[in-house]
Amino acid sequence: MAPTRIRSASRSRRAWTGWAYAAPTALFVVVFFVLPIVLVGRMSVSDWGLFAGNRGWNAPENFTEAVGDRLFWPAVWFTVKYTVVTTVILLGLALGLALLVQESSRWTGILRTSFLVPSALGLASASLLFYALYSPQASPFPGQISFLGTPSSALWSTVALIVWRFAGFYMLLLLVGLQSIPGDVYEAARLDGAGRWQTFRHVTLPLLRPSLALCTILCVTGSLLAFDQFYILTKGGPDNSTVTIVQLVYNMAFQGQNDLGRAAALSIVVLAALLVVNLLQFRTLRGKER
Amino acid sequence: MRRTLAVVAIAGLLASAAACGGDDDKNASGGEITAEGVDDGTELALWTRAPLELQARKLVEAYNKSHKNQVKLTIVPNDDYVAKVGAAAGSGDLPDLFAADIVYVPNWTKAGLFADLTDRIKLLPYADKINKGHLTAGTFEDKQYVLPFVLDLSVIFYNKKLYKEAGLDPSKGPTTIDEFKEQALAVQKLGKPGVFGTYFGGNCGGCNVFTWFPMIWASGQDVMNPEGTQSLLDGAAAQKVYATWRELQEAGAIAPGAKDETGATWVAAFQQGKVGVMPYPATLLSTAAKTVDVGVVGIPGVDGGASTFVGGDGIGISKDSKKSEQAWNFLTWLTSEAAQVDVLAANDSTVSRTDLADNKYAQKDPRVVTVNQVAASAQSKTPVAVNFQQAFNAPGSPWMTLVRNQVYGDPSTLGKDNAALTDSLAQ
Repeated sequence: MAPTRIRSASRSRRAWTGWAYAAPTALFVVVFFVLPIVLVGRMSVSDWGLFAGNRGWNAPENFTEAVGDRLFWPAVWFTVKYTVVTTVILLGLALGLALLVQESSRWTGILRTSFLVPSALGLASASLLFYALYSPQASPFPGQISFLGTPSSALWSTVALIVWRFAGFYMLLLLVGLQSIPGDVYEAARLDGAGRWQTFRHVTLPLLRPSLALCTILCVTGSLLAFDQFYILTKGGPDNSTVTIVQLVYNMAFQGQNDLGRAAALSIVVLAALLVVNLLQFRTLRGKER
Repeated sequence: MRRTLAVVAIAGLLASAAACGGDDDKNASGGEITAEGVDDGTELALWTRAPLELQARKLVEAYNKSHKNQVKLTIVPNDDYVAKVGAAAGSGDLPDLFAADIVYVPNWTKAGLFADLTDRIKLLPYADKINKGHLTAGTFEDKQYVLPFVLDLSVIFYNKKLYKEAGLDPSKGPTTIDEFKEQALAVQKLGKPGVFGTYFGGNCGGCNVFTWFPMIWASGQDVMNPEGTQSLLDGAAAQKVYATWRELQEAGAIAPGAKDETGATWVAAFQQGKVGVMPYPATLLSTAAKTVDVGVVGIPGVDGGASTFVGGDGIGISKDSKKSEQAWNFLTWLTSEAAQVDVLAANDSTVSRTDLADNKYAQKDPRVVTVNQVAASAQSKTPVAVNFQQAFNAPGSPWMTLVRNQVYGDPSTLGKDNAALTDSLAQ
């Protein structure tokens, strides 16, 4: 900022206005983010039954029991597997779609719209739609295909839903990135005699890194927190093969154990893990940029 | 005892006065507990879960028509019910009356969600005739909290038409587990497209609790220790049940889709006439009888016997209710002949009082008499365990793992699976 001389009265007034502008957001953050987290933090160290309420201190038992749950490690493993599969497929496809939409001129409008329409549907509604498609009673697919019957088919059926639902959204993000790459860079590459692949590999990809980083972070975080799709499509089945970590939190709280304390402890663990994951992502993605 | 009788007599007089359109009786609201409760035009909130919507609506309609108190019914989707009750319990906002799946009742009474009804239930002249299974499930540390709301029993349904075609006697259902298997295989042997021997909810813990436990009880064995903290589901009779279903599965006599069946549609195939014989909810007799010529017998054990799972929902007054006298008025009426016979029995639900089992509606249909007789059998039970939900009903429960290993997977893991079940129960 340029060092200009401002009278102190006007400066304090501007500061006050600034606070006033920020206050509504700050209030929302406090009420809807900080307070719930404090509450969850308190729950996580308390013996807090769903029906019984707070019955006093219960740490670190809550944490050891949450981590010691028979489904904890399977859930962690499945969540990671699901995240890797989804992120790779989704970002690959979204990048392809973005390039396609950017290059073709004639069908651009229709293509962009048709890729984006699924994003207008809520995730729960989309899951219900696919539930109907997959159920033996309502499926339009002929024969008795078991879409959700085995662990791997349940995983891939859910991945298909997520790719269908989110590809358009990530395509849009990448498209914005693509269009912000200046045309003269491509021109220079062409003059240097770069081929299509070389241009993509050495010009587009490096310049698209910020957008790709954003998409990766969004996609990884979203997938690690997956819940709706599995809650509706598989309920964690068959044989607990598709229980994600957030589903485990839900199950601990409402599906039998009815233990909010333990569920809160697991939420805190997930929160900490997410922080670490995001920190690492920021580090590596920013590091590459330099 | 004499005092009890006197109170009952007075309550009876008050009731008849009220029935004649008499004014409110101020004595009734004087803090004294009465058999009749208070009917003074109070609005009462009642929560129940969606599967019982039909019965709950009929009951509430009939009560509202004949009483000054008005019950406002809230139906909650099955899967959200526990969470909703939990949230309300935490904030002290439970409705005056709420029903609970009878297998969850021990957990909820232990958590103190219901008001103590011990002294009130004693005042009912027919207290000893009320369904024992539900009362026992609703008793915690010698205090009674819950009365039966709607009973749901499991019995064997068989398709008489398919039995005739398969050369079986349509007047006789299976009387042992082996007969059940043979009859299912016989129907399967017909080779009719789309018709199968039997069906079950292969991914539904609640369904198999409901249909398989009675086979073990009818064999004279138990599924848990009396405290509900240790699983006995590795016993000889239990193994026979698992082996039977595994053989049926290997013979291809179970309709497709069973392995993925989470319980949403486990009753559908029989109603479409596609299944020969299967354990089934007795509540659906009238529905199934519309499309299929249904035969009914009790669920048999290894060497005969007959049993049923006395399921359904119990109902109690919540800890938060400030209108317990009025809420008790609803509960008294609920257990009266007017509700049990003229509402529940008239709509083909099982009555929850043994002295009303042989009512005029039941007499019309010998199948209903069969159901009522099985319900009264000593082999019929309601299992009681504080951790029932997480051990059996929850998706991915240890019970579900056990069942799927026994029918579809590696049956040698029974010991390990049963130990996991015990761990869950004893938590």
